[in-house]
Amino acid sequence: MIRVELPAPLRTLARVDDEVCLEIGGPVTQRAVLDALEARYPVLSGTIRDHVTRRRRPFVRFFACAEDLSHQSPDALLPDAVASGAEAFLVVGAMAGG
Amino acid sequence: MSRVRVLVGTRKGAFILESDGKRRQWEVSGPHFGGWEIYHIKGSPADPNRIYASQSSGWFGQIVQRSDDGGKSWEAVGNKFAYDGVPGTHQWYDGTAHPWEFKRVWHFEPSLTDPDTVYAGVEDAALFKSTDGGQTWDELSGLRGHGSGPRWQPGAGGMCLHTILLDPSDPARAFIAISAAGAFRTDDGGRKWRPINQGLRSEQIPDPTAEVGHCVHRIAMHPSRPNVLFMQKHWDVMRSDNAGDSWHEVSGNLPTDFGFTIDVHSHEPETIYVVPIKSDSEHYPLDGKLTVYRSRTGGHEWEALGSGLPQRDCYVNVLRDAMAVDSLDSCGVYFGTTGGQVYGSADAGDTWAPIVRDLPAVVSVEVQTLS
Repeated sequence: MIRVELPAPLRTLARVDDEVCLEIGGPVTQRAVLDALEARYPVLSGTIRDHVTRRRRPFVRFFACAEDLSHQSPDALLPDAVASGAEAFLVVGAMAGG
Repeated sequence: MSRVRVLVGTRKGAFILESDGKRRQWEVSGPHFGGWEIYHIKGSPADPNRIYASQSSGWFGQIVQRSDDGGKSWEAVGNKFAYDGVPGTHQWYDGTAHPWEFKRVWHFEPSLTDPDTVYAGVEDAALFKSTDGGQTWDELSGLRGHGSGPRWQPGAGGMCLHTILLDPSDPARAFIAISAAGAFRTDDGGRKWRPINQGLRSEQIPDPTAEVGHCVHRIAMHPSRPNVLFMQKHWDVMRSDNAGDSWHEVSGNLPTDFGFTIDVHSHEPETIYVVPIKSDSEHYPLDGKLTVYRSRTGGHEWEALGSGLPQRDCYVNVLRDAMAVDSLDSCGVYFGTTGGQVYGSADAGDTWAPIVRDLPAVVSVEVQTLS
């Protein structure tokens, strides 16, 4: 079970109050997690990554295990602690503004 | 008794203001979608309970919200705006070619007859249409395919398609406007478009009378006379009497003819409203006096309407989509400001009063007259 923590605006949009738990069949990668997340919550499609390019939106970051994974390949394996559910995969709205 | 519902889009959410036909006491609900930019929120003329809202953020992109109960509850519908084919390029600010990239929906225009059909004007400039209540969107790509697309360039606010006017007398005819490309018209339901900018003169572009490149801020039409169009251009208030085939200036005695918004009285097709703004670099009213100007002669001759509006120390702006009229017997006129005020007049602009004073910056105002 993969645990995903969403930023408040996306929790409101998806109508969830807490972490989201997802089952991933194959390798646990950013792409697999986001595919599963969007399948469960279609309203999140286009909010984390672009509909057409499938690239991460510029002001969205991915953190886990106290590391910034935003610039890793979407097909790179996520840390074992994320794959085991010990740590959450964090989707974060980047700090931007004054 | 008739009621009025004012739909307000702001930088940090949507607000709905409701009153009876007297328009003295108002109920305010919101913020809906708090924290998100609501560029536009508009109801269907065919079903006033159907409302579409453009919800966006710099972080999480575009969401389309739909209400089927007059704004009491909302459902997120389709938000995939994919350009048709290879998008190509338009001009960037520095004159280089820049790929077309979807950024946000500036304007929704619901069909006059079908609540499930709605048009979306987007940045980077294109026109999309949905026939399933916003679930899916298809580009009317004949507009970008007109051939002049590579020469379009963004205005300061982005290259946005911000105005969509549907001709009530001819379902195949529509008008759109883009900053800074100009105005376009289709006569075949959106397959082919042609620029309708003859008569516009813009000193800010290399060829002041070019076919495209004009920064049109807003176009308005009275439904009884769809061949007569009024335009607030970057500078200049313009009029066309032949569905945009040609334009002539009607700025007349306006103290400044820069501005963003323009609208038409609901019962008097020759009565129009603008809010003059000092200049393209000073986006606030002249002398700190917020003043609406009304022409009862279709332009040229204008009267200042400031009763009830701040007449000192006021430095707000009124954006292009932030004015609307109701259709009660005594026409109501409404506008919102970047200072968060929404003002209303129940007597066609003679006197004004604030409905709310302290909203986030107002981007758009639309009105529904409910029976």
